[in-house]
Amino acid sequence: MREITLSKAVNEAIAEEMRRDPSIFLMGEDVAEAGTPFKVLSGLVEEFGTERIIDTPISEPGFMGLAVGAAMTGSRPIVDLMFGDFLFLVMDQLCNQAAKTHYMSGGKLSVPLVLRTNMGATRRSAAQHSQSLHALVAHIPGLKVAMPSSAYEAKGLMKTAIRDNSPVVIFEDKLMYNDKAPVPEEEYLIPFGEAAVLREGSDITLVGTSSMVQVALAAAETLAAEGISAEVIDPRTIVPLDEETILTSVRKTSRAMVIDEGHQSYGVSAEIASRITEKAFYYLDAPVVRMGAMDVPVPFSPALEDITVPTAEGVAAMARHLVRGEARDVA
Amino acid sequence: MATAKNKRKTNTEDYLRMYRQMVRIRSFEDNANQLYLSAKMPGLTHMYSGEEAVAVGICEALTDDDKITSTHRGHGHCVAKGAEFKQMFCELLGKAEGYCRGKGGSMHIADQSHGNLGANAIVGGSMGIATGAALSAKLQGRTDVTVCFFGDGATAQGLWYEVMNMAALWKLPVIYACENNGYSEYTKTDEIAAGSLTARAEAFGIEAFEVDGQDVLAVNELAQTLVARARKGEGPFFIELKTYRYHGHHVGDINRDYYRSKEEETIWKEQRDPIINFGAWLTREGIASEEELQELRDAVKADAEAAVSYALAADYPDISEVDMHVFAPNDAA
Ligand SMILES: Cc1ncc(C[n+]2csc(CCOP(=O)(O)OP(=O)(O)O)c2C)c(N)n1
Ligand SMILES: [Mg+2]
Repeated sequence: MREITLSKAVNEAIAEEMRRDPSIFLMGEDVAEAGTPFKVLSGLVEEFGTERIIDTPISEPGFMGLAVGAAMTGSRPIVDLMFGDFLFLVMDQLCNQAAKTHYMSGGKLSVPLVLRTNMGATRRSAAQHSQSLHALVAHIPGLKVAMPSSAYEAKGLMKTAIRDNSPVVIFEDKLMYNDKAPVPEEEYLIPFGEAAVLREGSDITLVGTSSMVQVALAAAETLAAEGISAEVIDPRTIVPLDEETILTSVRKTSRAMVIDEGHQSYGVSAEIASRITEKAFYYLDAPVVRMGAMDVPVPFSPALEDITVPTAEGVAAMARHLVRGEARDVA
Repeated sequence: MATAKNKRKTNTEDYLRMYRQMVRIRSFEDNANQLYLSAKMPGLTHMYSGEEAVAVGICEALTDDDKITSTHRGHGHCVAKGAEFKQMFCELLGKAEGYCRGKGGSMHIADQSHGNLGANAIVGGSMGIATGAALSAKLQGRTDVTVCFFGDGATAQGLWYEVMNMAALWKLPVIYACENNGYSEYTKTDEIAAGSLTARAEAFGIEAFEVDGQDVLAVNELAQTLVARARKGEGPFFIELKTYRYHGHHVGDINRDYYRSKEEETIWKEQRDPIINFGAWLTREGIASEEELQELRDAVKADAEAAVSYALAADYPDISEVDMHVFAPNDAA
């Protein structure tokens, strides 16, 4: 199968959907000629014109609001939010308006929009350009949240997001834009709420989101060499969450870790760990461990930034302790 | 630091200090760019080169007690407000001796000792902060003035209109200084800004001015007047400064023909350069000879290079600092 970058996968998904459905348009800052700072959307304006690939002023709350209104009245907007950190600017329109409209209107109005944005630290971009804020939107009922872990997921999830009749927020990891993965030429969609079991194992379940899937897979590889068999699961969407695949795995392995790049406290890792504890408690042989980003604003200095995010070594070390039953305080 | 207060110095000293500050900014940026190109600097940074007369003309009208808020393109404001090269380069390299102990980097440099409340990586993010600093000065009976620097692109943020309204209602000592360099990232500002910027401020009853941002004397003269008036409670004010950035949007934006022509860049660099033009004026007026200016430039260059070497050799913060400064300490009971 051909291999393409995550960036190209997103581009293809949007182009294919825009060809299929003329009600789709995309707007954001520097999306047209510049194709975004990460060049993810290059070429789209040439095909679809500036009527459908719209450069906006730097007015995030404004264009988010426009997207909500457009979505309520027959269009299917894709909003490009240059950095996930700018979610804080659009929260009212996204969470008070888009998320609640269908419910508040008793199902009469709907808001079929996609907000595509990014996440991920270690680009030396400091505290306002490095956050992973998916837990914030996942907390709000009415928003679906997708977190692709490779080019394959990025394409399939984007196409599903665009066809969904509810607001969907999709987080791409900005360090993965140039990572390649096999992506079929023919059309495919990845349904929401279906986790992928990426590696089978019997001793411990590693649930990873976005780039933490790669971290979990690398840890599993290290552990395999030591005789520890780790199962790796990618939920792909955290809302809806495929609980069953995770619970089935944990019932088999009796141990679990959840690895996610959001801050560890009050985060997605806590939610998933808590569901495992509630629903598979009697199968567990060890505490369910969360591994997230340190609870600090992301520091600029490389010396500090690198220790704030989970690593394969850290995951493997913790898994070893959980599997071998060695006493160890979980930090 | 330049002051309106202790204005006992001769004009000559003021002029030469302005020239020197502009040269320091240019020199800082040339070195920062070089650090990026030689892969010695983590991340990206936004160059202020070309816009020096804006920061210097305005900051030379301020005292250390006056505050500024800065932007992602903030090195110029930081230098102009009195910062030292060493701590700045250390910050750009993420070293412990940086102004923010390496935690902020280029986009978050703050220099408390000179009233620089910080650069900001959120476009428009400092507009509330600047206005709040002015509110605080008023409430506390102080006479300091705050200058809020931001770009033309930032005028699209709704926050600006909310805070201008309050600043005008409450007559706050804040000066909104819009550095109109014609571009917001890779887009011409004409394409994303409707109407006139000065008219937007005027709609709130705020006096608005336009000035040539390449002419340090014109900028400084206007700033002296407005700062003095703001101190007397006659603010807020708005200034639109027409200027130009020489580099790309950030140091990595090298192939930019698709949004801006080489000819346009050349015209600004050759005909409108704030340092060349002010230098020519200084020699024409007999304030300094070309040799003296050359000496000054050489000295600044040597300073900058020494600071870079120092910063390259300096230590990173100890990893124990990673969870320091999340919360401000409370006084011991
Ligand atoms: C809220 C927000 N939106 C978008 C960005 C990305 N961004 C960084 S600088 C910039 C352009 C700013 O243009 P302008 O205000 O004119 O300043 P200039 O870069 O020209 O100095 C953009 C869109 C950001 N940092 N913050
Ligand atoms: Mg600009």
